[in-house]
Amino acid sequence: MSIVLETRDLSVHFGGHVAVDGVSCAFDRGILTAIVGPNGAGKSTYFNLISGQLRATAGAVLLEGRDLTALSAPKRTQLGLGRAFQLTNLFPSLTVLENVRLAFQARLGPGLDFLTMAISHSELHDRAVACLERVKLQTRATFPAAALPHGDQRKLEVAILLALDPLVFMFDEPTAGMSVDEVPTILDLIEEIREQRDKTILLVEHKMEVVRRLADRVIVLHQGKLVADGAPAAVVASTIVQEAYLGVAHV
Amino acid sequence: MLLSGDPPRGRILSAMLATIVAVLAVAPFLFPSTRALAVAERIAILIVLTASYDMLLGYTGIVSFAHTMFFGMGAYGVAIALTRFGAGWGQVVIGALAGMLLAIVVAAIVGLLSLRVRAIFFAMITLAVASFAQILASTMRDWTGGEDGLTFEVPKTLTSAFRLGGGYNGNLVTYYLIFTVAAVLFLFLLRVVNSPMGRVLQAIRENEFRAEALGLRTLWYRTLAGAIAAAAASLAGSLLALQLRYTGPDATLSFSLMVDILLIVVIGGMGTLYGAIVGATIMTMAQYYLQPAMGGLANAFSGVPLMQAVLDPDRWLLWLGLLFIAIVYFFPTGIVGRLRTP
Ligand SMILES: Nc1ncnc2c1ncn2[C@@H]1O[C@H](COP(=O)(O)OP(=O)(O)OP(=O)(O)O)[C@@H](O)[C@H]1O
Ligand SMILES: [Mg+2]
Repeated sequence: MSIVLETRDLSVHFGGHVAVDGVSCAFDRGILTAIVGPNGAGKSTYFNLISGQLRATAGAVLLEGRDLTALSAPKRTQLGLGRAFQLTNLFPSLTVLENVRLAFQARLGPGLDFLTMAISHSELHDRAVACLERVKLQTRATFPAAALPHGDQRKLEVAILLALDPLVFMFDEPTAGMSVDEVPTILDLIEEIREQRDKTILLVEHKMEVVRRLADRVIVLHQGKLVADGAPAAVVASTIVQEAYLGVAHV
Repeated sequence: MLLSGDPPRGRILSAMLATIVAVLAVAPFLFPSTRALAVAERIAILIVLTASYDMLLGYTGIVSFAHTMFFGMGAYGVAIALTRFGAGWGQVVIGALAGMLLAIVVAAIVGLLSLRVRAIFFAMITLAVASFAQILASTMRDWTGGEDGLTFEVPKTLTSAFRLGGGYNGNLVTYYLIFTVAAVLFLFLLRVVNSPMGRVLQAIRENEFRAEALGLRTLWYRTLAGAIAAAAASLAGSLLALQLRYTGPDATLSFSLMVDILLIVVIGGMGTLYGAIVGATIMTMAQYYLQPAMGGLANAFSGVPLMQAVLDPDRWLLWLGLLFIAIVYFFPTGIVGRLRTP
């Protein structure tokens, strides 16, 4: 199998606090890796280091063998690292459709073009509409993103990532705070991407039943360190995970 | 097409805008007095100046205090070219282009400076650059005429010595030159804010962090927006130079003009572009007509002591201030924001 994404000794510290501590890990094409660990373990920070929102103190990030460590977040996105955020991160007063259309525009789009009309690029519009149908938000297309209920905002967050169609999908607790009847829409979508087997998926997830259903592989972060790595059943059953989650209610 | 797919939306608003534009289009025939014509010309120029500022403030969320500097560059470009090389059309074009080029280059440099600084520091940088430009303009006397500014001849076609039929003269040509260039520039800016790039500007205003995570290099977009706005402001400045046949620091570079621009954008409605039309009209009319109107009222109340004091024409700024507070209070999204149907 081919390695798509790799981190080597990736570390970052905030003052004296080491949030991610020498994490070396490789991710193969077509594999969904779940990243688990207690609150504050450094999962989101690890994502930020990979997708470039945060600069590493030490270590390297490689995408298809290319060293990305010195590159900016936009450049990394252009090269194929796609990110959905744990805390919903949208363009609040723009419409739902425009949020997704902008993602298509960023990927396929006319760039710094300032002489044509945005509405005349109908292929971007049509793709955005189709994308909203996949997350079942088509009826909300004309609402401002800020007016959506929380669950729908999470769906929009996922729709934006789908629009970017990256090599590496990074989902950070995509279903957190969603009502039970909304969760399957998102999980089915992630499963659909996984079944294509040509994308690399990283999924931060606390719910163990979701991990068991979707993951091909599980890694465990604990106090910034990678402490376990392996097949889901084995890792979830391991003492280290049991210890890490001891007392955490949602296991 | 002309409106770039972004009509005003809302009947009252459309009627209001149509009235302003229609009156401006035939102003020389409605109001033959030179003063009224000067008011109409100033409105047209301010519309371009504030619409280009709205592209930065309202669409992109960039706070800059250097906009009058770019206005001044266009004005001084034309003024210096006409003063030094004589009153020809070639000089007008070269002066305007030189001013615009300088504005674009300086805007690009200032824009790239924003690479690592937060919005508040960026505003500070623009303030410093604008002050520096003011000092340059008042100290480089040989070029700029210092505090006195430059008074110059314009091409004969633009003066009253140029006779047209029916009692009209070159002032009519000046007016329609200003009106046409202003209209083209406004429609151009409307196109820009509704272009794919314009959508990115709104994304930057809404959530720059997220825009970067989409793969958009926001620095380039901000810099390009700054350069386009500076070019438009500079051309508006060139129009002002032709209108006044004079350029000086107070007319183009002053911070009180910068405050006027801010007020116009806020009163008209940020992020609408049409707000510039409404705001510039209200502001200019108030500045030109509030004081005389109060003089008239004060005379009418000449027997009533308190009323006379309150309506004293010297207090017109107080009333202007109250008018603006009332507008901002009742229309927090500006007049256009209020009248626009979503
Ligand atoms: N920008 C920052 N500055 C300082 N400390 C930070 C910063 N970002 C994260 N941290 C700290 O780093 C640690 C790891 O945080 P992180 O958000 O990565 O945890 P997480 O594993 O995603 O947790 P959760 O499950 O709650 O989302 C925490 O102690 C957090 O307080
Ligand atoms: Mg997290």
